[in-house]
Amino acid sequence: MTEVAAAAPAEIIPAVSARGELPAWRLLIRRPSFLVGATMLLFWVVCALFGNAIAPHDPLAQQLLSINKPPSAAHWFGTDSLGRDVLSRVIVGAGPILTVAPLATLLGTVLGTALGLAMGYFGGLLDALVSRLVEAVLALPAVIVIFLFIVALGTSVSTLIIVIGFIFTPLIARTVRSAVQVERHLDYLSSARLLGERPIRIMFVEILPNVVPTVVVEFTVRLGYAIFAVATLAFLGFSVQVSAPNWGSDINSSYGLLGAGYWWETLFPALAIASLVVAINLVADSIQQVVSE
Amino acid sequence: MTRYLLRRVGLAIVTLWILSVIVFFAGQILPGDPARATLGPLAAPSAVRALDHQLGVDRPLVTQYLSWLGGLLHGDMGTSYAYQSAVSPFIRAALINSAKLAALALIVIIPLGILGGVIAALNYGRPIDRVISLFGSSAATVPEFVSGIVVIVVFGVALKVLPVTAAAGTGAPFLTQLKYLILPAVPLVLVLFGYIARMARAGTVEALESDYARTATLKGLKRSVVIRRHVLRNSLLPTITVIATQTGYLIGGLVIVETLFNYQGIGKLIFSAATAKDFPMLEAGVLTIGVVYMVATLVADMLTFSLNPRLRVGGWSD
Repeated sequence: MTEVAAAAPAEIIPAVSARGELPAWRLLIRRPSFLVGATMLLFWVVCALFGNAIAPHDPLAQQLLSINKPPSAAHWFGTDSLGRDVLSRVIVGAGPILTVAPLATLLGTVLGTALGLAMGYFGGLLDALVSRLVEAVLALPAVIVIFLFIVALGTSVSTLIIVIGFIFTPLIARTVRSAVQVERHLDYLSSARLLGERPIRIMFVEILPNVVPTVVVEFTVRLGYAIFAVATLAFLGFSVQVSAPNWGSDINSSYGLLGAGYWWETLFPALAIASLVVAINLVADSIQQVVSE
Repeated sequence: MTRYLLRRVGLAIVTLWILSVIVFFAGQILPGDPARATLGPLAAPSAVRALDHQLGVDRPLVTQYLSWLGGLLHGDMGTSYAYQSAVSPFIRAALINSAKLAALALIVIIPLGILGGVIAALNYGRPIDRVISLFGSSAATVPEFVSGIVVIVVFGVALKVLPVTAAAGTGAPFLTQLKYLILPAVPLVLVLFGYIARMARAGTVEALESDYARTATLKGLKRSVVIRRHVLRNSLLPTITVIATQTGYLIGGLVIVETLFNYQGIGKLIFSAATAKDFPMLEAGVLTIGVVYMVATLVADMLTFSLNPRLRVGGWSD
């Protein structure tokens, strides 16, 4: 019990499923949608980690004599308006998004789980306050809230992570809170209280392991939204380094050329984003199905 | 009913107030001096100070907040730093443009989403159910600008059948305006499809498993009649609520779609105001979105209330 509670919530998948027969991961790998999603995700993780070694060209090298060239044998995805190889930029561009989004989601999940445990367990004023805050945050599209804060605080990797993580915190807290409220009236909690356990211990050692499936599902679903948010912010012009390969900002700098027929500079990074979010969604959906079975 | 309604309106006002505080103080921590931004880097410091005084930004924060809030309550949204004129007309024009785009998206998505969800529910557990559900949840996580680009490339660049920008001009005839709005509406439709279909599916599955549906089947009604008369009437109630609560997402999508298609709506207005550090415009725009969302949620609640007789009789247990 203690070991489970001490580990990072995101990495915990309940060892035994509700059926009590097979471990959760065995149920997961039986699902075709999980296999497809995990394979695509693995592909992009490999690109993010070893992109510079895999890329056929230097993603930053400009060839001003061959700008805006359509896809060819030398440049499978064509070249952009500075003559850079689009394929190489797509491969290396997996890096920034797969750094910021998971870290932001992890931050939001850790804070949100702690807050949700406290809200569900204590109820009262804290619960009422945070619930109002959640409503206020939900009244605005997340992208606008994040974007307001990014404009205010400036763009850097840590700002992006902290702002997205903080926006996710009340949303995740709300989900965890509902799960905690289900547990709240169960016998094992009255026993724990009668044994004289402290609230902190009850929340993190007794309740947390039982809401872990909810937390895992919430993490994977939110990861998809984090990718969505990071890509969208980059598209709106909020990315960290201007020339470094980045799907969203590459699209931002090239979509104006769509009218001129240079579709490859924009389409391929767009498809990369689409495939990444679909992959995460397939994985998230499979985990959700296994958890709810 | 009245008590419930009053409570809901009260909560909405509290939420709006929190929102106004967040928006105002987020605006205050934005770097940069509005007078300096308006007058340019070469202006004399005394001129900058004079304009700062004229704009009122040299007063204490709380005073500024209170006078801003007071103005809002009297319908005065303030004066734009960038345009040096009242904010309200800009907001109104942008809101009308956005409403056109949102209306088109909703007209397409409501029947489509409900149809998708009902088909999935009627085929519960079969492959077509999984396909619709997975398609819906995947489409909902693909950013609007990504699906927007795909439709631009396919219909605007490759097939050349539809215009790639949304600017039809204000005086253009209805059908021309519509033609320009088709492509921008697609990304919004894709994002919303998943949510609406999921709610319609859940409601229909629940209604199909209910006792009254079983009774109707056992007394010999045809399946189509059971579905039309007994299942759908009950299953679509939660769907109506979810459609209204999706307004927030819809407006978030508008920021992106309007930027991508260069359409002068509320989303693009907020985006330009933020990049130009035009705080009054930014704050008014963001609060307007908050108000629109609150009103939509309230309307949804009232619709649910009036459509469900049990709630009228028993009162609403929150």
